[in-house]
Amino acid sequence: MNLDFTPQEQAFRQQVRDFLATELPDDIRERVRLGRRLSADDHLRWQNVLSQRGWLGVGWPQEHGGPGWGPVERHIFDEECSAAYAPTIVPFGVSMVAPVIMAFGSEDQKRHYLPRILTNQDWWCQGYSEPGAGSDLASLRTRAVRDGDEYVVSGQKTWTTLGQHANMMFCLVRTDPEAKKQAGISFLLIDMHSPGISVRPIVTLDGAHEVNEVFLDEVRVPVTNRIGEEGQGWTCAKFLLTHERTGIAGVGHAKQALRHLKALAGRVQHRGRPLLELASFRQRVVKAEVELMALEVTHLRVLAAARDGGAPGAESSLLKVRGSELRQELSELTRRALGPAALPFFPEFLYGDETLEPEHAEHAAVGAQYFNRRKLSIYGGSNEIQKSIVAKTLLGM
Amino acid sequence: MDFSYSDEQRMLADTLERLVTDREWNGNATTQTAPSGLWQTFAELGLLQLPFNEEDGGLGGSGIDVMIVMQALGRGLVREPYVAGLLLPGTLLARLANSAQRERWLAPLMVGEHRLALAWQETAVRYDAHGVTTHARRQADGWLLEGAKHLVLGANSAEAILVTARVDDGTLGVFVVPETSNGFERRDYATLDGQVACDISLEGVALPHDARLGEDAAGALDAALALGRAALCAEAVGAMRVACEQTLAYLKERRQFGTPLASFQVLQHRMVDMHLNVEQAHSMAILAAASLERPADERDYRIAAAKAYCGEAARFVAEQAIQLHGAMGMTEECHVSHYAKHLIMFDHHLGDTDHHLEFISDRLSAA
Repeated sequence: MNLDFTPQEQAFRQQVRDFLATELPDDIRERVRLGRRLSADDHLRWQNVLSQRGWLGVGWPQEHGGPGWGPVERHIFDEECSAAYAPTIVPFGVSMVAPVIMAFGSEDQKRHYLPRILTNQDWWCQGYSEPGAGSDLASLRTRAVRDGDEYVVSGQKTWTTLGQHANMMFCLVRTDPEAKKQAGISFLLIDMHSPGISVRPIVTLDGAHEVNEVFLDEVRVPVTNRIGEEGQGWTCAKFLLTHERTGIAGVGHAKQALRHLKALAGRVQHRGRPLLELASFRQRVVKAEVELMALEVTHLRVLAAARDGGAPGAESSLLKVRGSELRQELSELTRRALGPAALPFFPEFLYGDETLEPEHAEHAAVGAQYFNRRKLSIYGGSNEIQKSIVAKTLLGM
Repeated sequence: MDFSYSDEQRMLADTLERLVTDREWNGNATTQTAPSGLWQTFAELGLLQLPFNEEDGGLGGSGIDVMIVMQALGRGLVREPYVAGLLLPGTLLARLANSAQRERWLAPLMVGEHRLALAWQETAVRYDAHGVTTHARRQADGWLLEGAKHLVLGANSAEAILVTARVDDGTLGVFVVPETSNGFERRDYATLDGQVACDISLEGVALPHDARLGEDAAGALDAALALGRAALCAEAVGAMRVACEQTLAYLKERRQFGTPLASFQVLQHRMVDMHLNVEQAHSMAILAAASLERPADERDYRIAAAKAYCGEAARFVAEQAIQLHGAMGMTEECHVSHYAKHLIMFDHHLGDTDHHLEFISDRLSAA
């Protein structure tokens, strides 16, 4: 047993760090540091840099053009990206639909879609949730009716993250209304520019436009855009949900958030002393630090198991629960650390290109980010759903 | 990075697993303080030599090896003073003693010929190992000890007790005090977790020159306590796992409202919370065990974090184990109640969660 990174892994970390120091554009780095929303172009500029370097397909095997990293390398990469204020790779293409295409797609589908993902030609979004199907995803009602070589799709998807930028959507649809819940579902790839699709923004409580509603009104989708067999969609969906997700704990993000919190609470004054010296506040920071130490080791244990061939299934649920709770606690402490300065709200600065005087700019995102982070325990299967998964699969309850 | 056991470690774990599960359940694991008779078996298995260097006749085992032993002892709720009677005094001897003292005290300890104990706590300073007021004065023919020690574990079976004391020159001394010394008095009592402890009074106990181990013992004491804390974390993880297993089995078997308790979501999620705490505590026990060879600052920071974390996790698991067993969990007859007592009292050994969080707080880094 040995908790140290190998010399090769340490060298890799340095390589990633050097790359980020020279290749991450300063304006993007600064936007991420200040918690400002990135434009589609910002995302694409950065992902093109990664693509050039061969580092965009982080979880991909080499045969498909990925760097062939193991879970430990991916963890190091995530951690360094967070520390350097690099944007998170938009996951819907690279990390979500791509593994499904690799596992269940035809050779033609792989040849067509995978290179386009790796070169940022397609921007993917996720058509899973519906107004009536959230945690109970299998109750989805969007219908796909076969008409010759096409499906005719009608229904509504929601919580579609960054769908406003997307030209492709992977979508769960009901192809057999007679079959039992999970059995009648198929996995379709839909061109967002097809006639009959409209996208409506949903503004969340932080004032941001991150998620959308997608309406499908008799959208015609070629049958060749189906992944796997008809009625096999739930298998693809489950594969995607339990697919090894090394970033699920958010250790890199949490570390960065804790560094930021400590620096902030060391600067902010409370009765002439740094807030970090206030016992009640400091105690919570200390507890967060300890929780992060535990989370990181648990994360490394799961990564090591994955590297050695074990498939982390329910364990990633545990990481998701504790990781999201910790990140929410850190966003809460950061908000509290600001005191009255958490109140000002500058949406044109956060979500647009307006400038702001530095003393406000530095902390403008903190309050809004607290509200944004509430999503962490809800999305990707709420924490309550995660606990039910663990109870069922790990504990046999 | 590697979290797997070596072949030897897997064998050690298997052997110990068998040893503790083959034992007949001692119906009063935490209410009966009679020795289990296992110490001799420990000696035969080499467990008493395990943590010590090969030059001293030990097996040169690592922190992870000790973790494996302690996890098993925790699983079996084995009340032998492996920490108090072996690891703590043994580490001090290994770090401080000269060759004659090693021969006299360490060698027999490693083969089970005698046991020792460490008296480091005093009523006025709670868990602070360095704030001792027991005093050692240098005399022409040796030392004179004056003071009182509190909650010394394993002294009833010890041939001699290592006593920490403040020396005239301000250094911290460790002295070997035989039970038979004049002015030495011991008052035994049982603890809630089934151990034997005692208070010791030292009224003008005269000792020869060679009763002192080494010179300033501060660093050696920190190292001993670090090992002890890491070991207790591992023991708690072993006990937590059993408490979880027993609770889960009970939920599956116990029926109310015409259905197993395990079918209720509120209980499922509570059970998952317990499981989560154990996994996180296990990670911290690994971190503690793997940090024993680090520089003292880093070692103590990590081990304080582990002890603080495991203390909270153990309390949560213990309280929920009782709660989910319903009234049965309140009975002495129910095994899980003994695990619960062990897990709650774990926090009172070698510094509790508050103590260790304060330690971290004092050293919280800016980055």
